[in-house]
Amino acid sequence: MREALDQWTFVIAAYAVTALATLALTAWSWLAMRAAERRKDRGR
Amino acid sequence: MHGFANPARFLRIARPMTGPLLWGGLLLVAASLWWGLTGVPAERLQGDTARILVVHVPTAWLGMAGWMAIAVASLAELVWRHPLAGIAARAAAAPGAVFTAVCLATGSIWGRPAWGTWWVWDGRLTSMLVLLFLYLGYLALAGAVDREGGSARIPALFGLVGVLNIPIIHYSVIWWNSLHQPPSLTTGGSTMAPEFLWPLLTATLAFSLLFAGVVLARMRALLAAAQAEARLRRRALEG
Repeated sequence: MREALDQWTFVIAAYAVTALATLALTAWSWLAMRAAERRKDRGR
Repeated sequence: MHGFANPARFLRIARPMTGPLLWGGLLLVAASLWWGLTGVPAERLQGDTARILVVHVPTAWLGMAGWMAIAVASLAELVWRHPLAGIAARAAAAPGAVFTAVCLATGSIWGRPAWGTWWVWDGRLTSMLVLLFLYLGYLALAGAVDREGGSARIPALFGLVGVLNIPIIHYSVIWWNSLHQPPSLTTGGSTMAPEFLWPLLTATLAFSLLFAGVVLARMRALLAAAQAEARLRRRALEG
């Protein structure tokens, strides 16, 4: 018997995983860059 | 290429590009996700799950492109001793790993309704999982070399050897029987309908711009950390 799966649940899950990972990667890269450059400038 | 070897010259070019690539890329990614969710029609056989391909395909491309970037930078580091090449390779590793993990996750989510299973050990899926492990190994190795002060040639060699997995990923659906479909987009053209193709190409461009922005941001962070470390060492020697 074929399962009755709601396809939209899978679509939303895939987009949510992608959006969260992309946002986290962007924010981490930006904040790590700013922090590293601030540390470098403070040491001058 | 050696014109960019000077960190000061690199920073003069990278500083004005990082923000627009990162934030512009993120904005375009958001727009392409919205297009994928609302503008792509349900496909005749796959139904609504065909929309997942708009996020799955670009992340797969960037997972492989990220390792190609590591390999090219590693070659430049080993052969020409390009001063920024090692930093570029390290900078591409984290976003490459993230996009490979997202590709595996979205593929698995797509596989459950389409194939009736979350995972199969076939050539394409397994070689993509190997790519994720290669990224994690590279990050661990590069981190250990930075911390312990080993030779920078070790992660570069690892980056070059790991590139052997890229043609295996690409040709896996041709060489072996696979649940995974063969490529729909090749240099010879596309077998996709325009209503799927354009959102997919837009998402690929958007994620690629964001990837470039992340790599520049990571390079700037690694360069700043190396410069701060070098200054501390100089002061310790002088004091």
